[in-house]
Amino acid sequence: MSALLDSLRIADLPPHAEAFRAEVKAFLAEHLPPLPPHVRARSWLAFDAEFSRRLAQRGWVGVTLPRRYGGAELDAFSRFVLVEELLAVGAPVGAHWIADRQSGPLILTFGSEAQKAHYLPRICRGEIFFGIGMSEPNAGSDLAAVGSRAERTENGWRLNGRKLWTTNGHECDYAIALVRTSGSAADRHAGLSQFIVDLRLPGVTVRPIVDLTGDAHFAEMFFDDVQLAEDALIGEEGQGWQQVTAELAFERSGPERIYSSIVLLDAWLAWLRAGGDAERHLETLGRFASQLATLRQMSIAVTARLAASESPVVEAALVKDIGTEFEQAIPAAVEAALGADPAQPVDDELLRTAAFVSHMAPTYSLRGGTREILRGMIARGLGLR
Amino acid sequence: MFADAIATLLSRHCTPAVVRAIEAGASPRPLAAAIAEAGFHELLAPEAQGGAAAPWDEFFDVVRLCGARAVPLPLPQTLAARALVPPGQALPEGLLTFSPHLVRAADGALHAAHVPFARTADHVLGVLDDGIVLLPVAGARMQPSGVHRSLAASLQWPGAAAQVLAGADAALLGPLGALLHAGLLAGALERVFELTMAHANDRVQFGKPIGKFQAVQHQLAVMAEQVAMARTAAQRGFGRGHTLPSWAACAVAKARTSEAAQTIASIAHAVHGAMGITEEHDLQLHTRRLHEWRIAHGSESYWHRELGRRFLDSPLPLAADFARSLC
Repeated sequence: MSALLDSLRIADLPPHAEAFRAEVKAFLAEHLPPLPPHVRARSWLAFDAEFSRRLAQRGWVGVTLPRRYGGAELDAFSRFVLVEELLAVGAPVGAHWIADRQSGPLILTFGSEAQKAHYLPRICRGEIFFGIGMSEPNAGSDLAAVGSRAERTENGWRLNGRKLWTTNGHECDYAIALVRTSGSAADRHAGLSQFIVDLRLPGVTVRPIVDLTGDAHFAEMFFDDVQLAEDALIGEEGQGWQQVTAELAFERSGPERIYSSIVLLDAWLAWLRAGGDAERHLETLGRFASQLATLRQMSIAVTARLAASESPVVEAALVKDIGTEFEQAIPAAVEAALGADPAQPVDDELLRTAAFVSHMAPTYSLRGGTREILRGMIARGLGLR
Repeated sequence: MFADAIATLLSRHCTPAVVRAIEAGASPRPLAAAIAEAGFHELLAPEAQGGAAAPWDEFFDVVRLCGARAVPLPLPQTLAARALVPPGQALPEGLLTFSPHLVRAADGALHAAHVPFARTADHVLGVLDDGIVLLPVAGARMQPSGVHRSLAASLQWPGAAAQVLAGADAALLGPLGALLHAGLLAGALERVFELTMAHANDRVQFGKPIGKFQAVQHQLAVMAEQVAMARTAAQRGFGRGHTLPSWAACAVAKARTSEAAQTIASIAHAVHGAMGITEEHDLQLHTRRLHEWRIAHGSESYWHRELGRRFLDSPLPLAADFARSLC
């Protein structure tokens, strides 16, 4: 059997992580804003600084960061449980999401002591929020084609360029941008570096992008002669590609890659329980339950690799690809079910939830790496490339 | 460790040629005897009864191996029967299989439709009047389904043949039969994936191995995902330690492996081209089983429906909570 499949060893959540679940459920019972399903369906896209600060006060932002930087120093298993419970109810976790998941761990791994001391405690207090600065108009799947550029000045760097699809960029305080510091796009993975960009600096313009649901979750960032201090560089100059690869492993490996449509599934289930034609849909319900139960196990297997300080890049890609397929199957099936009998009209709230999820579902297999990119990575992991 | 020992034995005694011969009607006795003499039937039996008291995670590896090698005997069922019946309840020597469905006709005769491995089993366990009964294959009228080379067959006995096994959990026989097939499927799915990978690396068209083409690579990536998911569900279904698997774990395992069987068989044959459907190529030994085992003891349609009913009736407030309760 291939080494790739063998490396997805089955793993259990340790008892301390399961015990932690009760604490999270109790917190949510008290603090989850009473929002209707179509709003909760936005979950990690929804920016709610107030909710993030309440979580931070409880010690649950930057949860894997060391205590000396204000983190909770929880292991990857406990973070899995926290994230799973937050997503399961569609908590509005978007404000701190990126910092908790990837910017914080990136700064911890590659940052200087001064950078860690400067950013991490504020992340953990829910005072500063981060965005991702990877995609550009001409660098989507081909991330190495980024054209934004930082040039050395006497006392730092001058940044020019443009970043796209930054989730909640217009609400964030900082973005970590992958830009070219030497050579040209032809140099591919060489000559790239990462910078922590303060989005309030002169020369930074952030414009929200209205999407087909009427929301503006994504943003476009313009950098015009932005003067960055020397210490805006994170990690090593020229090591941006290696750093961003590690960052993407954090981005892809979490349970958010199986729970994106879960609020819709629960809303539909509630409707069926309340007298919808459930008999007709038992098989669909059972399929989703068996898929979710199994995908969870696969996600825990990836988490176990993270907990062992490994970087399960290909395994994470595999679970993400099959996970998003499940996430996209939910709105597809629910939409068909809602129109299964014109004589039985559906309530508006369920319809709004289904519509929102259906409209956003195509992004599930775009964000964090498209289906085609992920399958290419799996093929490489199988030794085909 | 048990799996390694059985693997060694199977490489000698259960070659693809032996599988083909038994399917074609040769006696399964020599292969069955080699396995029985090595003492493997008592793998799950308690130590007090001369068994090895192997944990279920090791049993999973054995069942997976039986699936990967297309072992034409009901070895998983024979082993699992030792865990299903209460200690002290003697089971006959020889190979046992499980009947997915057993009914008594108006004239008192017992009918078991499409019993997996009926052609190579010595005895059948089935559920009758809420109890587990033991029936000898020798006393049955056997009717093959007519599916080419299938080892399954329908069996019929006069009513008096049934011996009741007191104290065994009758409700678990069906789910356990399904779980064993999930384990067999997990092994067969992996084997089919291996064969397909090997073919994609060997077969040259347009001047390079077809595995170098992106369209084929993406198909193989999908296979890898499906195999990984099926194996996870099956492995989780068997669990670990010495506890009998739960109904829910069996249901998830059979549903996931059965649904994957269709996808994997389809991609495997697409990648193999026409070569894959020949009798000569080993692929057919495994893909015929994928289709048969998908149906045996309930396809994904059955288990999804059963799971769906429990999901609907569950008092748990969240889908995530229900999914977590399953395994």
